[in-house]
Amino acid sequence: MSTADPKKMFEQEAQDLLATLESALLDLSGDPGDRTLIDTAFRALHTIKGSGAMFGFEPAAAFTHHVETAFDKVRQGKAESSPELIALALRARDHIQVLIERPEEADARAGEAILAELGALSPSAGAASGASAASSAPAAAGPRTWRIRMRLPRDVLAHGTNPILLLDELCSLGSATVTPLTDEIPLLQDLDPAACYTGWEVLLTSSEPRQAIEDVFIFVRDEMQLEMEPMESVEKSQAGASAAKGAAPSPASQGAVQEGTPTGVQAQLKPPAGQPPAEAGKAKSRSAEAAKVASSVRVPAERLDELMNRVGELVITQSRLTQIAAASTDQAVRAVTEEIERLVLELRDTTMGIRMMPIGSLFGRFRRVVHDLSHDLGKEVELVTEGEETELDKTMIEQLNDPLVHLIRNCIDHGIEEPAGRQAAGKPPVGQIKLSARHAGTEVLITITDDGRGLNRERIRARAIERGLIQADAVVTDHELFQILLQPGFSTAEQVTSVSGRGVGMDVVKRTIEGLRGKIDLSSTAATGTEITLRLPLTTAIIDGLMVRVGQGRYVMPLSAVEECVELSPEEDVRTRSHSFLNIRGELVPFLRLRELFATKVPPDPYQKIVIVSSGGMKVGLALDQVIGEHQTVIKSLTKLHSSIEMFSGATILGDGAVALILDIPHLVEYGQMNEENLRAAE
Amino acid sequence: MRADMTKPDDTNALEVLTFNLNNQAFALEASYVREILDLVPVTEVPASSPFARGLINVRGKIVPLADLRYKLGMEERPPTIDTRVVVIEVDLDGDLTTVGLLAEKVHEVTTIAAAEMEETPKIGMVWRHEYIRGIGKRDGDFIVILDVAALFSSALQKKADLNVHAGERHAA
Repeated sequence: MSTADPKKMFEQEAQDLLATLESALLDLSGDPGDRTLIDTAFRALHTIKGSGAMFGFEPAAAFTHHVETAFDKVRQGKAESSPELIALALRARDHIQVLIERPEEADARAGEAILAELGALSPSAGAASGASAASSAPAAAGPRTWRIRMRLPRDVLAHGTNPILLLDELCSLGSATVTPLTDEIPLLQDLDPAACYTGWEVLLTSSEPRQAIEDVFIFVRDEMQLEMEPMESVEKSQAGASAAKGAAPSPASQGAVQEGTPTGVQAQLKPPAGQPPAEAGKAKSRSAEAAKVASSVRVPAERLDELMNRVGELVITQSRLTQIAAASTDQAVRAVTEEIERLVLELRDTTMGIRMMPIGSLFGRFRRVVHDLSHDLGKEVELVTEGEETELDKTMIEQLNDPLVHLIRNCIDHGIEEPAGRQAAGKPPVGQIKLSARHAGTEVLITITDDGRGLNRERIRARAIERGLIQADAVVTDHELFQILLQPGFSTAEQVTSVSGRGVGMDVVKRTIEGLRGKIDLSSTAATGTEITLRLPLTTAIIDGLMVRVGQGRYVMPLSAVEECVELSPEEDVRTRSHSFLNIRGELVPFLRLRELFATKVPPDPYQKIVIVSSGGMKVGLALDQVIGEHQTVIKSLTKLHSSIEMFSGATILGDGAVALILDIPHLVEYGQMNEENLRAAE
Repeated sequence: MRADMTKPDDTNALEVLTFNLNNQAFALEASYVREILDLVPVTEVPASSPFARGLINVRGKIVPLADLRYKLGMEERPPTIDTRVVVIEVDLDGDLTTVGLLAEKVHEVTTIAAAEMEETPKIGMVWRHEYIRGIGKRDGDFIVILDVAALFSSALQKKADLNVHAGERHAA
């Protein structure tokens, strides 16, 4: 970690900041007056600028500075956060990203164009906001001289703040004279070399508004002592107040507000009267942010994988220990083993939790996609998200980004109609795309629903026949028909647009989802909309499993999929030879005989057990020889020699060193269905 | 890469591990071999290809156990006291994978001089010539030197499966 490239770290930090900025801007487009959002956007810009300059990203910092200036005007109420400004700021955000990540590709002219538009936007907006602009504008007009006395907290250096940079930034605002205040520096024997004893007095002549000067200290403002007074107001009050107050020439040296201090100075010492709520809010959110920073750590993903592997080994070893202890008569050994078991389980849960992230972080990114695309296509679309708190492995979340972008683009381009078309169909003019996530047994379901025109069965069918994918007279179910949509190069769009129509997207979606061992379900009702469900397996490295035996082989299935276990009586066993259905409390449950599926040769146990599992919303029984019990299962993936066998999601090592396969319930059920169909076809 | 480096030519002798499959002596390049183990309990994988029917635990790692006899069209025989697992590392579609190979009997690691090696004859062989790198002579006997990369190549695998299926259908 110590050798980490600071530029890389800045790039990562910038990514987070740009994401914050984007979500703030998008929220702002819904609520243009929200001050906290404006502040959030401004802070993100400011940090990008500051850190960017520090790590050598000067072009990005310089560009960001101008955007920040424009936002500063909004923040001070001199301009309004109009939709145009937000759209422009989003473009600027993208430009900043390019400047940081691929500076060589950055188009300087594009940047200038954005700045020119920003410049064109601000004054008109400023004029529009009338009174407030009028009142503050003259104050900012001519250059003024300020006397600034600052004293930073002693431990400021330990927090990574460099006072020199603050002073440099101050000086960059105008012409400045800096005088150090050395009165607090102690004798050498008492001096702590890591502490900051020096204060500074700066005489700054600048045409920047007061706010801009205060913003130099935006990150240290809460802890530091800062006094700011305009020189001429001091002079004026001196001249005006004929009852000359002797304190006037050096009012600031007191360090506290004194009674009788000229009002001008008092106003400077306190936060500006018009702003206290915003200031307080800002301070609060800033401290909340600080707490968040302190509580999160960036760790390379490989380290987590390594940790996970070690914990996996530990779980395996611990199960061996448990087995040995069970055979021992020594109470002390047993007690310690139990204790270790508990600790290992807790360690396992904690470790697995590290990798999990709520999917909300991913959903957030699509708001931008929807915002941009609906504007481009002249449609009005609203994105509704649900189940953001659903947790998924971080790597899976990363991989889901592209497929979901494709699906959302498809929804907007093909699904949602133009506002006029929607009204004609009796729908609200604003289309809706709903993105939801939830856990279901061993799967995570991600559903994208739109209320558009739905899939056109006739067109898909005609196209499929045209391309020879189905026979002209073939009877195909909706499910089969929609699966054709997922084939590479298949598109029913009459023309290829920049958005979609090449038929590449759905194939990419399909391949990515299958790569994650997931499935895609499509359903659609004409004129009411389309629903696409991505079913993804929960790929945690360690699961609570149920160990069972089929013939001589031991298998593990995810306990979360198991509903109940029942016994198959010999009579029932014979009776169900012809139809594999069980009556479970009046409910008809089909079941698969795993012995047949696995072609087991050893004779069956007299009493077959049935484990009822839920798969894809359906209950299915699995007939097997013995239910052994719960088992902590560390999943190890199969090599390419076996990866084509989908009914096993992996294998694990048992306490006695033997290898057991882990059942992939949805794929197992599918395989069983196929197997039965084949058998029927053979008859 | 590997095959190129150790291509049998005039200067290069080949270091190989020799073993028996159904009384026939075979050899594979020693550079693939990681270790040789006694036969451990094998977990069968239902619905798998007979070439890699099982999984074994090699010191905490789950490793597929491959049976070369299937690829070489030899009959399966029950394991004996001499049966060993030769653990090799081989490239499977870009993933370096640890695989166990069943061997009826493992002899030794030995060097076959280039002069003792001959090209694979295109006819008169029971085995598919793609799987054979050459024939070595040793103490008056022939040793078939296997091409490990070819044996585990998925492209060849598919072709072989098709042939097997065709054969099955034919037999039916």
